[in-house]
Amino acid sequence: MEVNITINGSEHASDVEPRTLLVDHIRRTVGLTGTHVGCDTTSCGACTVLMDGTPVKACTVLAAQADGSEVTTVEGLKGADGLHPIQSAFTDDHGLQCGFCTPGMMLVGASLIAENPDPSDDEVRWAISGNLCRCTGYINIVKAIQTAAARVAESSNGS
Amino acid sequence: MVAPTTPAEIGGIGHSVQRKEDARLIEGQGNFLDDIDLPNTLHMAILRSPLAHARINGIDSEAAMALDGVLAVVTGDLMDQHGLAWMPTLSGDTQAVLATDKVRYQGQEVAAVIATDPYIATDALELIEVDYEELPPITTPQQSLEEGAALIRDEKEGQTDNLAYTWETGDQGATEEAFAQADRVVTLETHYPRSHPAPLETCGIVADVNSVTGQATIYMTSQAPHAHRTLFAMVAGLPEQNIRIVSPDIGGGFGNKVPIYPGYVVATAASLLIGQPVKWVESRTENLISTGFARDYYMKGELAVTDEGRILGLRVDMLSDQGAFYSDAQPTQFRAGLFHVVTGSYDFGAAHINCKGAFTNKAPGGVAYRCSFRITEASYLIERLVQTAAYEVGIDPAEMRLRNFIQPEQFPYETATGFVYDSGDYPTALRTAMDEVGYEDLRREQAEARAEGRLIGIGIAHFTEAVGAGPSRTYDIAGLKMIDSAELRVHPTGKAILKLGVKTQGQGHETTFAQIVAEVLGIPANDIKVEHGDTDHTPYGLGTYASRSTPVGGAATAVVARKLADKSKKIAAHLLEAADEDIELASGVFSVAGSPDRSVTIQDVALAAYTNLPEGMEYGLEDVTYYDPPNLTYPYGSYIVVVEVDPDTGVWQVQRMVALDDCGVRINPMIVEGQICGGLTEGFAMSAMQWITFDEDGNCIGANFMDYLVPTAWETPKFELLATEVPSPHHPIGAKGVGESATVGSPAAFVNAVIDAVAHLGVRNIDMPVLPDRVWAAIDEAS
Repeated sequence: MEVNITINGSEHASDVEPRTLLVDHIRRTVGLTGTHVGCDTTSCGACTVLMDGTPVKACTVLAAQADGSEVTTVEGLKGADGLHPIQSAFTDDHGLQCGFCTPGMMLVGASLIAENPDPSDDEVRWAISGNLCRCTGYINIVKAIQTAAARVAESSNGS
Repeated sequence: MVAPTTPAEIGGIGHSVQRKEDARLIEGQGNFLDDIDLPNTLHMAILRSPLAHARINGIDSEAAMALDGVLAVVTGDLMDQHGLAWMPTLSGDTQAVLATDKVRYQGQEVAAVIATDPYIATDALELIEVDYEELPPITTPQQSLEEGAALIRDEKEGQTDNLAYTWETGDQGATEEAFAQADRVVTLETHYPRSHPAPLETCGIVADVNSVTGQATIYMTSQAPHAHRTLFAMVAGLPEQNIRIVSPDIGGGFGNKVPIYPGYVVATAASLLIGQPVKWVESRTENLISTGFARDYYMKGELAVTDEGRILGLRVDMLSDQGAFYSDAQPTQFRAGLFHVVTGSYDFGAAHINCKGAFTNKAPGGVAYRCSFRITEASYLIERLVQTAAYEVGIDPAEMRLRNFIQPEQFPYETATGFVYDSGDYPTALRTAMDEVGYEDLRREQAEARAEGRLIGIGIAHFTEAVGAGPSRTYDIAGLKMIDSAELRVHPTGKAILKLGVKTQGQGHETTFAQIVAEVLGIPANDIKVEHGDTDHTPYGLGTYASRSTPVGGAATAVVARKLADKSKKIAAHLLEAADEDIELASGVFSVAGSPDRSVTIQDVALAAYTNLPEGMEYGLEDVTYYDPPNLTYPYGSYIVVVEVDPDTGVWQVQRMVALDDCGVRINPMIVEGQICGGLTEGFAMSAMQWITFDEDGNCIGANFMDYLVPTAWETPKFELLATEVPSPHHPIGAKGVGESATVGSPAAFVNAVIDAVAHLGVRNIDMPVLPDRVWAAIDEAS
């Protein structure tokens, strides 16, 4: 079947099997491999992308369901003026080790701070509770998301 | 903490340099196994046994072969024609690659489909008919060793029972004597349950064998690419020069990516036979049910103690559940890993340990899940036992430890099992952690809370690890000595490339190993590229696991950098027209002793190495070191956990967790602390929820992330980190391993805290995972 999905601002019209998962479509058809697969049960969040601004687990969404929507993957976080604040904060606060969960974590974090400019520790932990990390113990991920929120708030206050 | 000796712009040891590997990972430009997409790649899916124990009477793959897009269905019989139906394990056993006679655990590999598309390969699995004849499964090691139990390994010559191995260490006579002198014997029986490392990226391979040239390029989620190349050569009979293993970015390993799994062998054979690249990536369920389980030790420990709380001796009796094949990833001479460190941080003269392992109808594995070969089980047992002894003798658990610690002046200290601890100051570590947590106040609060019917518990663990395998006289895997290497080349412009035998899976080697070179030569860490994981482009080494990268590969890096420093000094002397012995090097500046204004930089020297040399000197600035460590390193730590237990539900919450770690010199404090936080979380996970279990039919319960619980950010406690820094006296830069310390040390601290909350009721043990229903039942039974 024909699907038309805008991924990171570019339109991708493709003929896919109806059963094709969105994550496989992004990785194999479109060739963007920053979105990862870590489980089969929608438990780990490594495949998280933003669909029309909302985080979804792309292993449990059919490409067909995303027809007509706007999808943002980790490759789309960086803007014309450089890294998204969530990306630089993850480096600055050592929010990643192996980096496998990082794309999903950053997309959830970016979505959170777009809605909540000053999230508490608990609010961040709740927001990322659908995303597993086996390396960091989450402490620096929470810190990075809060740092990114503070930097966004600071730059919008300044402008 | 020792202050860094180099300025921040050089970024030597002690600087929290930002990680170089982050740039690609935060932009989705990492290169993980499944991201590798070679032209004409075929996809493999594996048919697994639904039964724990059954004879295979036949396999009908006709319908699967007929499916459009399927190129081959590989069975055990086909593998057998090429001598590859069985493969050796890392513990000297053999393991079925694809079952030919029986299946011996649920999830065992029975057949593999090679297809043009992964969806088609999976579809085809459903079309394969296997005629199974069910056999009764054996699901516990106790059952397995009973007289008359069905023989699981009936194919194994000379095997007449289900015993996998026996192992013994220590001095039985001296231990009996110590027990005879004791005022009391304290006993703890506990099970360290089966767990799984479950790195977020599962295991996988892309095998690309060129049928014309014979060149095999094998991309693999490998923690030990060089060792795997040699093993591939030995097992598959491929010429080693034609095998190139490439271990790309790895999404966590934790021991899961040390062994060679059947899927790797089948994919490689399929690529060889078909002449196209074959990719296999485990699903999460395949990962949890078939590759790399850990732990599963039934342990009985006894301590001989005096009424004053002095430990005189230790006796341990253990039974391990090995699953269907004995495939522990561990050094050849160590049947139960480094369980020897069960004597812990304490000074006593006698220990005796007896261990046996049994085959069961469960998945094999026995990997060292974030630990140095069975050290987690050992550390857990002694720390639980010491706490039990404190209750029995009637002294505070902290005081019990302080009375028995090995004292700083006793190092190097030889334990009752013959390990020589290199350095430490245990009393300072524990007292520092106690001060931080406010130990005396907490004990008062605990007593007050009890009076109000609330249950507060304070748990301590003071662990000592043995990491950095290891000295060649003792340590090998499959005959390969556990040395490691570093090759360093400084380019004419003063930039450098460092090539390693070890391989990061998130530990940050590309940053920290550059810092070691920066420390020695003064080349900024950011000017040093670190290459690893590709066997054609790096020197030989045994890989990254058991916290061995810094103790062995890090030592090799320091030594090779010092070799280049020596040559550089000679070149500097030539440039400065001074005597070699008058040249001093600090932070990349070579100066003449007594005349600091006469100097050249490492960048000047690097250029001269290719342009202007003293007579008779060979061109270039490059060398390689293979490092054979004289001993292991012995990091340690004092962890204190405070919990509150709800007496009505058994639910426990961590109120505080103070963790003091001493891993010797810290190369990059930020990265060390990151690893400790991750390790503490895995320790918490094992104590609270992670559990691979089976029903009586041998069905694996814990086959996905809905049944096998790993902690999210919501459950994970917050940690307060502390450090002391007693260097390793034999390591070139004084560093010890650290990546696994927290996983080794912390489970006992969490469990001890829960037990401490209910110890006054008489509770002495709750097996891990300490689930609320188990806590509630223990309270109920005690009251």
